[in-house]
Amino acid sequence: MNVIELIVFIAAAALALIGAAGMVMSRNPVHSALFLIANFFALAVIFLLLSAPVLAALQVLVYTGAIMVLFLFIIFFFIQPGQKHAYVYSLPWQTFFSGILVIVLISVLVLGLYMGGVFTAEEHVQSAAMKVEELTSPQALGSALFSRYLLPFELTSLLLLAAMLGAVVLARKEKRDDREEKN
Amino acid sequence: MEPIVVYSLVLSAVLFTMGMLAVLVRRNPIIMFMGIELMLNAANLAFIAFSRHLDKLDGQVIALIFMAVAAAEVAIGLAIIVSIYRYRRDVDVDAVNSLRG
Repeated sequence: MNVIELIVFIAAAALALIGAAGMVMSRNPVHSALFLIANFFALAVIFLLLSAPVLAALQVLVYTGAIMVLFLFIIFFFIQPGQKHAYVYSLPWQTFFSGILVIVLISVLVLGLYMGGVFTAEEHVQSAAMKVEELTSPQALGSALFSRYLLPFELTSLLLLAAMLGAVVLARKEKRDDREEKN
Repeated sequence: MEPIVVYSLVLSAVLFTMGMLAVLVRRNPIIMFMGIELMLNAANLAFIAFSRHLDKLDGQVIALIFMAVAAAEVAIGLAIIVSIYRYRRDVDVDAVNSLRG
């Protein structure tokens, strides 16, 4: 990991953290969505650094291109402009307890990484450049998808079909009462 | 482990926690959904970091399938939010208590 990689990683990680924090904090849902888009772009940069260029491209296409546009579409259509986040909860002390839970979760995660020996500076075997080459190549990913992971890949298409039908059925305006009375 | 893998794993842990914070402290279901997306992305980052560490493509394949699952989940979830909104004219999760016993 050379200096340029480190600088790019730090910049992208800072952008990702700012995006996540802004998503949690901002009162306007549109601002939240835009912060999350910044976060996804930063994660795409990190995917590139981790030698996964296909997934970086898919991150930009699928997440920022499709998912967040869908989010913004729903926000623009269905949320009134004056509707802001009210810090009133039905559970008392909800913010306090969630703060405690968050601190516990982050400590457990970092402790798990520590116990797993992630932080111990082990002499890392200089893997051949060919291996990284194979990791970055789209051909290798494609042949893995169509040979070893064929079944999950095809199941994904089934899942997308089911989700599409479900979304159409759920979001359709229908006079349900009349039909049920007839039946 | 390579330093970049370690940093990515720590970043993934922090992002996952922030997504959980969004689910816990916000009441707008759309923003809670964004928190869930953030958690899925953090898991993706961990998968890709381990794929780099192990020099194997399996992590990348799983991350790719995760993206498809996230897309399906968002489509269904937003459709549910839209139908709740049509019914109640309000999308506050604490106000949606029709099934409350």
